[in-house]
Amino acid sequence: MSIAFPAPDPAILARRDEILAGLARLVHPEALIASEDERRAFETDGLTAYRKLPLAVVLPSSTAEVSAVMRYLGEQGVKVVPRGAGTSLAGGAIPQEDAVVVGVSKMARVLEVDFENRTARVEAGITNLAISAAVSHEGFFYAPDPSSQLACTIAGNIGMNSGGAHCLKYGVTTNNILGVTMVLLDGTVVEIGGQHLDSPGLDLLGLIVGSEGQLGIVTEATVRILRAAEGARPALLGFPSAEDAGACVAAIIGEGLVPVALEYMDKVAIEITEGFAQAGYPLDVEAMLIVEVEGSDAEIDEQLRRVVAIAERHKVSAVKVSKSEAESAAIWKGRKAAFGATGRISDYICMDGTIPTGQLPLVLRRIDEIVKREGLKVANVFHAGDGNLHPLILFDINKPGEMEKAERAGEEILKLCVEVGGCLTGEHGVGIEKRDLMRWQFDEADLAQQMRIRSVFDPAWLLNPAKVFPLDGRIAA
Amino acid sequence: MTTVTPRDEQDACAAVAEAASGRIPLAIAGGGTKVSIGRPAQTERTLSASGLSGVTLYEPAELVIGARAGTPLSEVERVLAGRGQQLTFEPLDYRPLLGSGGEPTIGGVAAANLSGPRRIQAGAARDSLIGVRFVNGRGELVKNGGRVMKNVTGLDLVKLMAGSWGTLGFLTEVTFKVLPKPERTRTLILRGLDEPGAAAAMAAALGSPYEVTAAAHLPAGLGGGAQTLIRLEGFAYSVDYRSGELRRLFRRYDLDLVDGEANLSLWRSVRDVAPFAADVSDEAVWRVSTAPTKGHVFTAQVARSVPCRWFYDWGGGLVWLACSPKEDAGAAVIRAALAETGGHATLIRAPAEVRAAVEVFQPLSEPLRRLTAGIKGSLDPVGIFSPGRMYAGI
Repeated sequence: MSIAFPAPDPAILARRDEILAGLARLVHPEALIASEDERRAFETDGLTAYRKLPLAVVLPSSTAEVSAVMRYLGEQGVKVVPRGAGTSLAGGAIPQEDAVVVGVSKMARVLEVDFENRTARVEAGITNLAISAAVSHEGFFYAPDPSSQLACTIAGNIGMNSGGAHCLKYGVTTNNILGVTMVLLDGTVVEIGGQHLDSPGLDLLGLIVGSEGQLGIVTEATVRILRAAEGARPALLGFPSAEDAGACVAAIIGEGLVPVALEYMDKVAIEITEGFAQAGYPLDVEAMLIVEVEGSDAEIDEQLRRVVAIAERHKVSAVKVSKSEAESAAIWKGRKAAFGATGRISDYICMDGTIPTGQLPLVLRRIDEIVKREGLKVANVFHAGDGNLHPLILFDINKPGEMEKAERAGEEILKLCVEVGGCLTGEHGVGIEKRDLMRWQFDEADLAQQMRIRSVFDPAWLLNPAKVFPLDGRIAA
Repeated sequence: MTTVTPRDEQDACAAVAEAASGRIPLAIAGGGTKVSIGRPAQTERTLSASGLSGVTLYEPAELVIGARAGTPLSEVERVLAGRGQQLTFEPLDYRPLLGSGGEPTIGGVAAANLSGPRRIQAGAARDSLIGVRFVNGRGELVKNGGRVMKNVTGLDLVKLMAGSWGTLGFLTEVTFKVLPKPERTRTLILRGLDEPGAAAAMAAALGSPYEVTAAAHLPAGLGGGAQTLIRLEGFAYSVDYRSGELRRLFRRYDLDLVDGEANLSLWRSVRDVAPFAADVSDEAVWRVSTAPTKGHVFTAQVARSVPCRWFYDWGGGLVWLACSPKEDAGAAVIRAALAETGGHATLIRAPAEVRAAVEVFQPLSEPLRRLTAGIKGSLDPVGIFSPGRMYAGI
């Protein structure tokens, strides 16, 4: 347990009954969760090794309720931890004992779909996948597709600027949000953006997306919806070495092909997923790529023909080109099951650094060394087109000291990502997990500037306070 | 007015610190091609990025280019073209519209959040900008983002700097993601549509699976009959297939195809607002962003009280509107129409006295104005960077 939490404020803990009574006056009784049993469900998120029981949980059902709750908590000086579905892998939604969790999960309606303008207006507690489900009957979809899209909310996606497997072509959350309704800590409701493009003044929307719940609580969003391509099919390519796979990725992009997805798995990841999903992955290769392209059948055939031709110049040793939906599903089955399959055989932590793709072979070699030094194993699964790595560090939580070893290796890997010109987090966010590593990537002036801007929205640092920035050296506006 | 031209970042920090300590307001310029955009700011000195030049990073296989802020845009585009790549957001060149000289810089592209017809498909400069280095009003060098395209580490100040028009800091270096240049580009021209009809046709094209990368409508009277332009780009075989499908979709329309240089020059003129480029002093020009199907509702509303001309880009959502530069240049009517349709308007071209008298950028709601002022103060506590250029008192 190497990540520190600030000590809870005893004055707030002592006032718990009073604060609960104050909240009870503002929301429907069923929206306020006070009992210890029920609060347990909110004590952690996707970073389950860390747990803190919140003071209380409020699940409002309207922007007006969120506003009333925020104004009250702001006035009372009570910390607020915003929450969507609680799927953060970085601990972005983990509470603390003197904080009230304000969750948007009960606000999950589609408010308006406008196919002509290609936008949808939704309440922020809606799940990512439910947006696509609401527009798929007309052949449309919402593009960013984080692995947790069945469960995660658009509020959480906005908080973390979530990505997914298809962002090489469609961008990440920030490129697909047109407007938000946000509640500030003093209860003020602000409307930012709308159905139009670009900002009238400063790009506040761009600042809010990815701000990890530290600027306000987003209650509604206008998102871009896109007409889906006529079809999409992947090819699976196996290589004798990571270097060959990496060179193939560079060559595909260098020839002007921009596949909609370009996923990489190493031998360990292939073996783990094959043992679980039986997707028919080649077991005699060191590295594997899944390259997906879009268009009509003929366009797909032509693009995949070019991809395979490039792969053949890079010692490809296994090629499987999907010819049908069933074959595509089989190729994706293993990749999509990779994290789940790993969880069945081992405890693991999932890292999320990004590197310049040219550094891939070097970084994979160094990751291997780092993990071996700790006596652990690693499975590498990642988005190769954009260099967003997801090394899964395998460990046994029942063996004393192993989790600490895994965390230490993870930290080394993230420092390595920064050292080669990349960053600590590509799509999961900083949360508590990478908070104490921020000085590896940023100088004091860089961090101070971010903190000053954060303080404009929340001078007392009540919103998701123990996240993103190192606990020491905090700066007000 | 004196001009200070730092030779490197250290120089720039010193120049800003010196101005801050003397409370000397600075105008920030790259090539100076867009100085007439915004409210006339009361500045005493120009801080020029022209001494910071050169591409610092180019990795074609990683789809990334970095350059010092004063690097001419044309140089960045030339380097990219050498490897068959481009800035995908198609930055417009304001010089013909504004009647300005000079050489647009890559830092200016970022600071003005430029884009062009491909905005609807590929985003604006803010969507391709992945890293910035800038000097804040304390004279400190600040970096944010980096050189990788997926990066959510900390607050996204890259977006904030994009489109801040030199009011938040002095950019010293910018990094963009780039994409391959399309092998073929082709435009379908639908002739004779009225504006609601054109909006519906563009919505149909953009809502099709054929990856339309631009859609514009030139109403009758802008030098010919009405033309609705729908652009396809990509590999030759793919453009051929998709233009065939779109022709089928629009088989009931009077339709032409344009390829090659004629096609490129057609989109350059849409991008650079060529229909309003002549007679710089005779007409004020507004840039209005609204929902694509609301564009023609907006123009109809404005035209009831203000004589004006206009055309549409972004599927109908971007309106370039020209009217008399007298009095408020139509500001009151335009803002009132936008209150109905949603969206925002910026007065891009007008005499300085008009830009001093009316709001050039869309007025903000009170809470957003408060946040904007707070952000400005956090980056530029003394208020030396182009004070008042975007909003009076900020």
